[in-house]
Amino acid sequence: MRPVFRPRAATQDHPLTRWALTLVAAAVVGLFLVLPLVTVFTEALSEGLATALNAFREPDAVAAIRLTLIAAAVAVPLNAVFGVAASWAVARFDFWGKGFLITLIDIPFSVSPVVSGLIYVLVFGLQGWLGPLLADHDVKIIFALPGIVLATMFVTFPFVARELIPLMVDQGRDEEEAAVSLGASGWSTFFRVTLPNIKWGLLYGVLLCNARAMGEFGAVSVVSGHIRGLTETMPLHIEALYNDYQYASAFAVASLLAMLALVTLALKAILEWRYADELSAVHHH
Amino acid sequence: MSIATATTLPRWRTPSALPGFGLSLGFTLFYLSAVVLLPIAALVVRPWEIGWSGFWNVLGDARVLHALALSFGGSAIAAAINTVFGLVVAWVLMRYRFPGKRLIDALVDLPFALPTAVAGIALSALYARNGWLGAPLEAIGIKAAYTPLGVVIALTFIGLPFVVRTLQPVLLELGREPEEAAATLGATRVQTMRRVILPTLAPALLTGAALAFARGVGEYGSVIFIAGNLPGVSEIAPLLIVIRLNENDYAGASAIGVLMLAVAFAMLLALNLLQAWTAARR
Repeated sequence: MRPVFRPRAATQDHPLTRWALTLVAAAVVGLFLVLPLVTVFTEALSEGLATALNAFREPDAVAAIRLTLIAAAVAVPLNAVFGVAASWAVARFDFWGKGFLITLIDIPFSVSPVVSGLIYVLVFGLQGWLGPLLADHDVKIIFALPGIVLATMFVTFPFVARELIPLMVDQGRDEEEAAVSLGASGWSTFFRVTLPNIKWGLLYGVLLCNARAMGEFGAVSVVSGHIRGLTETMPLHIEALYNDYQYASAFAVASLLAMLALVTLALKAILEWRYADELSAVHHH
Repeated sequence: MSIATATTLPRWRTPSALPGFGLSLGFTLFYLSAVVLLPIAALVVRPWEIGWSGFWNVLGDARVLHALALSFGGSAIAAAINTVFGLVVAWVLMRYRFPGKRLIDALVDLPFALPTAVAGIALSALYARNGWLGAPLEAIGIKAAYTPLGVVIALTFIGLPFVVRTLQPVLLELGREPEEAAATLGATRVQTMRRVILPTLAPALLTGAALAFARGVGEYGSVIFIAGNLPGVSEIAPLLIVIRLNENDYAGASAIGVLMLAVAFAMLLALNLLQAWTAARR
């Protein structure tokens, strides 16, 4: 083949620069992000597959998996309903203080996970606001399931709202206004016009919300009390195993959460690729 | 207020043909107050039972000061590292074509998706003395795990996606026209980069760095395993809150908590201002 001389466009980087930068980017992602992920799986199998699988047969591990699923099963739907309600209010109406409301919804993302747990201890803990009252009625929230669910709700609070608000603002009100002016009721407008329009965005938010709910560590750690088999979620169980020097078991349980993360990332990429137009514009690239 | 009709609307809302304002806003405010605002109020009120002097006593303690310095300093260094690496990764992902690009793009979100405890033990194993990266580092005399350097490594891991994801949409919107204009006016590639592209990206870079910093200051799960948590050496502020709570020192835990909350709110405010500034520049 005859070599073709093609002048480099003025907005193109020099091939050497391109190579070097691509290499740096690949190294950053590979060494910094992917290698830790690979470590999880290799460490899990370091004492053989049998040890890794045995880690899941432990009653404490089963209890931890159950607790994680319960916490996510309560927190994710509640935050999804909240996200839909909040985005309906914010994107479909104009009212005073809207910008401030959006900022308030974002608060849990900027608060340290440890502080997120601490605030619930200060409300429901023995020395907290409602502590004496709860103790009188024999209700346990901190160091029990309700506290874990509440902490999970707090840290995953903004996910769905944050995805849906910009999406619904982008989509505008025309379709819903048309439906209402043609005589549709509010609920049938929501279920037959709004929901079909936002379903992929909703799924996207729920996906991220769920990943965080199942993986939350700091906030849940503060309210859990670390009672084995009772108030330990999967991330807390991993910590307990790790501190007990049961590394292979710790990494085996961790690999389950790592797989959840990979599945989440894959689904997220598919949604961004396949339904980009039906997600909030932030994800178009 | 919620039953207001089009003719008697209060002045704080504009009329709309759509129903459900009262229900959706009512539920939003109720849920927001119950889950977020009231519990935060409980923290803000708490440390004042020990008074200002008690509050300053807690924060003035050498161990607390060191933990705060490590959390803030470590996050600042990690944010600076991420500004550089994040810019390179975002640039490469938005401007070049190469095999595996989509995969790398998806993997950038890994620190968001991977539970912090999992990241924590993985980083700890990776950078430990006998770890894949720890051993070579040890060979050249650098100890990563159980030192402040380990804290920075974990915070860099956690913060990278913030910078990349903030830059990507801006790079997309920027397009190639400003670069073409610069080139036709005789600018070299380096000049274009320094005088056209970087200044345009500056607000986004700053936003990304601020987001990474804010996340780093409060980060707990991914740090505590690799840090080793030696008091006064590699102990971070969030861990100290946990330690105070375990000692039943609620006031002490709350004092550190309130400070971290104040910083979080200040960052939130700064980010909102930064976004308003960016929007005004367009």
